Amino acid sequence: MIKHYEISGTDFAAAGEASSDFKTMLKKIGVPPDVIRKVSIAMYEAEINTVIHGQGGFCDAEIGPDSIVITFTDHGPGIEDIERAMCAGYSTASDEIRDLGFGAGMGLPNIKKYTDDMKIESELGKGTTVVLTIKLF
Amino acid sequence: MKVSELQEALKLKLISAEGYEDKEVTGCYIGDLLSWVMGRAKPGDAWITIMSNINIAAVASLADTACVILAEGVVPDAGVTEKCNMQDIIVFGSDKTAYELAAGFAALS
Repeated sequence: MIKHYEISGTDFAAAGEASSDFKTMLKKIGVPPDVIRKVSIAMYEAEINTVIHGQGGFCDAEIGPDSIVITFTDHGPGIEDIERAMCAGYSTASDEIRDLGFGAGMGLPNIKKYTDDMKIESELGKGTTVVLTIKLF
Repeated sequence: MKVSELQEALKLKLISAEGYEDKEVTGCYIGDLLSWVMGRAKPGDAWITIMSNINIAAVASLADTACVILAEGVVPDAGVTEKCNMQDIIVFGSDKTAYELAAGFAALS
């Protein structure tokens, strides 16, 4: 089963709606609460990154027999230094974004912490793809 | 402790989710940086914050906090109350500081 979500790059009020919708669906089909929590945190962080840094994009969330795989794709500026972006506390978010409570530099570290696998592919000027895998069992 | 007991003991003003389902509060977390809250607040926590924008709804819902307490007389931004009402997210307001609220919480538990 695959759910597709379009993510706006400007609508901060809608940020988190894809994650909330997917969480509701996982609850309905009886996915264990600890797995739902991991998916929710990782997916929300990736969704916020897509809004803040990626200038919007889309997300495909697939529930497989053993795991949940969520792919975020944006056509934003790309990540200059992925290793640095992975460091807790490092952020390139603007002051305006920070005023909203984001930009703590915990997005990617949180995603890594709450997933079983995370892959990032990024090209400057072209965009970024982040693939999150969370095991069901 | 139930959410209603916390509301009464700390004299919290209900902002959203009137007639709320009385959940169990199992802990307390204070934070304004949303990623920290997402990653560190535990399900069932009462989340104390001064952050008042619409994104607190998503964080409270996804992190499964028992309730949100807006400290220091902070008033939610436009649309927050409506969104939280729609999603049954309990939001309280208080004139107390985060420290006073947490100290009050600690005295109860």
